[in-house]
Amino acid sequence: MTERPDTDVLFKALADPSRRKLMDVLHANDGRTLNELCEHLDMSRQGVTQHLNVLEAANLVAIVWRGREKLHFLNPVPLQEIYERWIAKFERSRVKALHGLKQRLEAGETIDTPKRRKS
Amino acid sequence: MARSTFVYVTYIRTTQQQLWSALTEDAEFMKQYWFGIHCESQWTSGSAWRMVSGEGQVLDDGEIVESVPPRLLTIRWQHQKRPELKAEGASLCTIELEPISTSIKLTITHTMERESSQLIEAVSGGWPKIISNLKSLLEAGSVALAEAYPATVGAGS
Repeated sequence: MTERPDTDVLFKALADPSRRKLMDVLHANDGRTLNELCEHLDMSRQGVTQHLNVLEAANLVAIVWRGREKLHFLNPVPLQEIYERWIAKFERSRVKALHGLKQRLEAGETIDTPKRRKS
Repeated sequence: MARSTFVYVTYIRTTQQQLWSALTEDAEFMKQYWFGIHCESQWTSGSAWRMVSGEGQVLDDGEIVESVPPRLLTIRWQHQKRPELKAEGASLCTIELEPISTSIKLTITHTMERESSQLIEAVSGGWPKIISNLKSLLEAGSVALAEAYPATVGAGS
């Protein structure tokens, strides 16, 4: 599987505590304006705007215009992709490995070097 | 604001027409990324619409509010299977397809005109999986997740 360049953008966007805080705020109360989001962060309006731009570029925040109001929504789709690419498959092989170990121990086998699993 | 809204956005390297077809007319294709589920409709404004499970059970029932192929689809539907979700009434789902550079930006906005909607909460785990599968299928030719809730992951969800 080739890595797409937007994966870098996504992980960089997540690698900042203020941006993660913004995502938590949106998770609790989705569809917020910039002013509403500023109330939750001890930071200048420009700072919050910059962080939101990074989140938007990484597709972690989606914008919906309601009249002249710009509303920010948390977009969970890239997080789902991280889950599928970086968590689910490792979790699955570990569960399989534990299951294999249990079966072999219960069958009275001694464990030396693990057999190579087919991937 | 007495409404619950969720927004899902993804960029898929495909054409507007292919994506439209994947979201509407092509029921067999839909089943591949929607965990066996497909939607039935004439896909024109005002026509009936329903979502059917792999076993043939009607899960959601409603109508197409607006259909502008291949860029806009608005569906109003009411859940049918779980009584507490059916009681919430109809939700409104808007699907937009917008060409951006070499990709199509797919935006799905799902709204229920009430606060803390259980339906919106219930579908919020499903939409990202469906959209992610659709993207993988169109771009790479295979889905990322074959089951919505694989047995070894997310147990109890």
